[in-house]
Amino acid sequence: MCRVTELQQAVLAKNDHRADELRARLAARGTTVVNLLSSPGSGKTALLEAELKLACERGVPVAALTADLATENDATRLARSGAPVKQVLTDGLCHLEADMLAAQLDGWLPEATRLLFVENVGNLVCPASYDLGETLRVALASVTEGEDKPLKYPSAFGLAHLVVVTKADLAEAVEFDCAGFLANVRQVNPGVEVVFTSARRGEGVGALLDRAVAAHENGGPAHRPVMATGPQRHGHPHHHHVHEHAH
Amino acid sequence: MHEMSIALAVVGQVETAARVVAGDDTGASAPKARSVTLRVGELAGVVPDSLRFCFELACADSLLVGAELHVETVAGRARCAPCDADWATGLPPDLCCPRCGSGASQLTAGRELEIAEVRWGQPARTATPKED
Repeated sequence: MCRVTELQQAVLAKNDHRADELRARLAARGTTVVNLLSSPGSGKTALLEAELKLACERGVPVAALTADLATENDATRLARSGAPVKQVLTDGLCHLEADMLAAQLDGWLPEATRLLFVENVGNLVCPASYDLGETLRVALASVTEGEDKPLKYPSAFGLAHLVVVTKADLAEAVEFDCAGFLANVRQVNPGVEVVFTSARRGEGVGALLDRAVAAHENGGPAHRPVMATGPQRHGHPHHHHVHEHAH
Repeated sequence: MHEMSIALAVVGQVETAARVVAGDDTGASAPKARSVTLRVGELAGVVPDSLRFCFELACADSLLVGAELHVETVAGRARCAPCDADWATGLPPDLCCPRCGSGASQLTAGRELEIAEVRWGQPARTATPKED
């Protein structure tokens, strides 16, 4: 005979719960978080710099928080846009968690901020599992990474509310299979919008800002990913019953 | 490699459960865990081998030291409401309906990442177990 507890407890329930708290706290002060996921070198800093600059020109109060394992290079680049920017060094950790984001905001995030863009650690695996309290999750892929990226990283692309293709100006040079990419996105996330951008040429710049503003005004994203309808989202530790029996 | 973060979260939750089982907030009479069973969906984004490796490290100096880890894998399944189709998604998942081609209405399984069961051994500090 040994004692057994059937716990039925979601492992990431604590992070999901903290993310929900942060989302509610930020919503109460009128701030919406946009979580950007991509591989290293996908061009998300270049695109974000262009989007922040545009937001400043349009008078949309934005801020950006950029996470890296090391160096403050990205914050220096983003700050050229004129928006408030903060660098988070994760000290080797491969992803951000809701608690880590919350701790960065106190005393820094300007009160008037409407959109907070979070540039997650460049990694398409680990950040996908962690809700940061965002309203809009965006997965980015550059044309140079190949059209099968969504199939290789189904959680990152499957849970996104918007997919952004970067470096579109290089599509022809690298023989990017656009139709193949769209079919692969649809396989893991049917119905999600895909926008094509080139930060260098200015093509598609503003699309990310427009979708973020819309999510802010509507209080939620326009798309609900199928993968987010799974049974394990937002498990709350206190909702689980702990009972015992003897075997 | 977020499997270490996940392993540490599992250890924290099992230690909390041990105190509940013992009815003791201090943890002085909390039982040690003999084994932990996790239910991991194939679409949960977790690599079981990597999780095993991290679990052993995360258990050091805790009530879980030496505990066995069992992983039950759950296959991905999706459902299409309009035509009532239900299919195995595979990996990478195919979330478009094989019957009508439209997007799935719901993912019914495959994203699980939960502690299913903990088997307890002797209390860590007291010599008189309640059962066993």
